[in-house]
Amino acid sequence: MTDLFWLIPFFPILSTFILAVFGTKLPKKYISLQACFAVFASFAVSLISFLGLLKTGPEQLPLLKTLFSWITAGKFQIAFSLQFDSLTAVMTLIVSGVGFIIHVYSIGYMAKDKSYARFFTYMNLFTFSMLMLVMSSNLVLMFVGWEGVGLCSYLLIGFWYEKHSASNAGMKAFIVNRIGDAGFLLAILFLFVHIGSVEFTAINQAISGNMITAGFATLVGILLFVGATGKSAQIPLYVWLPDAMEGPTPVSALIHAATMVTAGVYMVARMNMLYSLSTTAGNIVALVGALTAVFAASMALTQNDIKRVLAYSTISQLGYMFIGCGVGAYAAGIFHLYTHAFFKSLLFLAAGSVMHALSGELNMQKMGGLKKYLPRTYYPFLIGAIAIAGIPFLSGFFSKDAILTSAYAQGNYLVWALGILGAVMTAFYMFRLIFMTFHGKERLEPEAKKHLHESPPVMTLPLAVLAFFAVVAGYVSLPAVFGKNLDWFGRFLEPVIHGHAHHISLGMEWLLIFISVAVAVLGIFIAYVFYISKTHLPSQLAQKFPFLYRLLFNKYYVDEAYNALFIQPAVKGSELVYKHFDLKVIDGAVNGAGKSANAVGKLLSFLQTGFIKDYALIFLVGAILLLGYLLF
Amino acid sequence: MIPTSYFIVLSALLFVLGIVAFFVKKDLITQFLSIEVMLNAGNLAFIAFAKAHGLIEGQIIVFFIITVAAAEAAVGLAIILLIYKQKKTIKSEDVNLMKG
Repeated sequence: MTDLFWLIPFFPILSTFILAVFGTKLPKKYISLQACFAVFASFAVSLISFLGLLKTGPEQLPLLKTLFSWITAGKFQIAFSLQFDSLTAVMTLIVSGVGFIIHVYSIGYMAKDKSYARFFTYMNLFTFSMLMLVMSSNLVLMFVGWEGVGLCSYLLIGFWYEKHSASNAGMKAFIVNRIGDAGFLLAILFLFVHIGSVEFTAINQAISGNMITAGFATLVGILLFVGATGKSAQIPLYVWLPDAMEGPTPVSALIHAATMVTAGVYMVARMNMLYSLSTTAGNIVALVGALTAVFAASMALTQNDIKRVLAYSTISQLGYMFIGCGVGAYAAGIFHLYTHAFFKSLLFLAAGSVMHALSGELNMQKMGGLKKYLPRTYYPFLIGAIAIAGIPFLSGFFSKDAILTSAYAQGNYLVWALGILGAVMTAFYMFRLIFMTFHGKERLEPEAKKHLHESPPVMTLPLAVLAFFAVVAGYVSLPAVFGKNLDWFGRFLEPVIHGHAHHISLGMEWLLIFISVAVAVLGIFIAYVFYISKTHLPSQLAQKFPFLYRLLFNKYYVDEAYNALFIQPAVKGSELVYKHFDLKVIDGAVNGAGKSANAVGKLLSFLQTGFIKDYALIFLVGAILLLGYLLF
Repeated sequence: MIPTSYFIVLSALLFVLGIVAFFVKKDLITQFLSIEVMLNAGNLAFIAFAKAHGLIEGQIIVFFIITVAAAEAAVGLAIILLIYKQKKTIKSEDVNLMKG
């Protein structure tokens, strides 16, 4: 049943070609049907291959399919080959499954957009690139997918390119990602020079054959992680993700929450053997992840834009995934990636539904009391918020707990404490969002209130499906306190992930679970006090600590700092070079070449008298001279 | 049997005659005629050498030259006619449209 796994990425690319060529001439109904069906076909094949994989023995893994030899240059050989193993299976199921639900949602969300075909072309292209990223069997092909999703991200953030802020945000995302990509590319080159191959199997063989020193592993691991910080929005390259919210909301859900931004986590998990050689690289990954988790969560505390809160929340959750990978609990990291895909895309789509209901309003100050108007949006939203806050028995609780427990078990107490701090803030900002949006006084604009309406079923049904998964997705991996061998997810990933789990006593684990639940409840309680019972408290606090509030509200002035430190010098430098080098040297050389050719032409044009006899005379003299030369 | 050198001398005379006529004469038609004379001087030389060496290639080339000369005459006369229509003259020193 796994023979056809290599077909998975090709349905969306086929659909992309058709839509790109004929898109403007096709009816909207057909476009949406084809786009959704292409992703669904990928999902179906992924599911079949996944079921086949369950019956395949681990000794046959990974399944490889070489389609053709792609680059051949001497010793540098790269095949266009795909692979399928348990990690790939999880990723393809998430990408195509969540992708399909979001495609369906987009039918309703984009219904009135004039660039309908363009939207679905990009979405299909994105799905293809993302599937290539997770299915490629070597780093170079993975890099192609990596850049492909970056391109689609750029195109979709700037989808409404008439809006200046949207096209700028697209460029920002592209350029910031490029910085990370430089690190990734260097890592690929180092690996190729050292090992002579970029195939994952060859790299893993080289590592198990002790061909790699710990120092080299640290270098390559850090370079790879630089790539991951770009794509997965970690400190210091996270700045593009909040601005990426300029794109349509389904894009934010698919690319900037569920799939693309998790590519970095996937890559680190894929290279887990390399990271297992270097504790330094692992510690850096975990520490950066933990710092990002707290830093981004603190920025989410004071934001008023509903999508930006979710964007900072995504950055923070990605930080948790990196904590998992950094402390060696790759399965926990991927597990959080998997549950996060459901609840975060649910939250984004629900936020999109709120925006849709309020004619595009994003500011939570102008919402409130929407619960009774939008019940079919409210309840999925609430489920998503509970799941991300880490309340027991929903998916987010299991995955976040798995990560924090692993961090504690590995002895990384600082990372664990940061994770707990982030968890309080997560619960707080999520319920602040819920309370400000759906509860309390109505602060709607009268114009928006007039058009207030619940979203159509094509949008609310995907919410219901995602809400269902946000509840149950966690039950594939239960913590050890509930019984032995319930970590089915971890065991499924074992053939790919060669980590060694740290064990702690059950009593300690109970305590950790109790602490993380307690902080989640605490966060929700504070949010309740601030935004429902004593609504004057937040502004009082803001007045009492004006410096702290302004710092958070302005996102630590990081954008301003980057602007002053990197962008302005670059702009000023470019201007200098333009004025003094481009205009004078380059333009001078180019114009000089033209001018000198002109002058020589003028000089020689006196020979061109126009009189036929002059030409004949020159010809005759020439012929005689030539003859003389030949004869004597 | 007339020696080949006679033919070659005649051919050379004709050729020089053509060149001189081309530079001395002023109207385009005569200049054109002198070109034809030069071509035929060439033909004569070809024929003479073909005969002397008993080769057929020289004669073949002559046929080519005759054909080309005919085509050239057609095109050249047409050009001269058009120049006359435009400028009401066929004197070559009055025509310098291609001056650089």
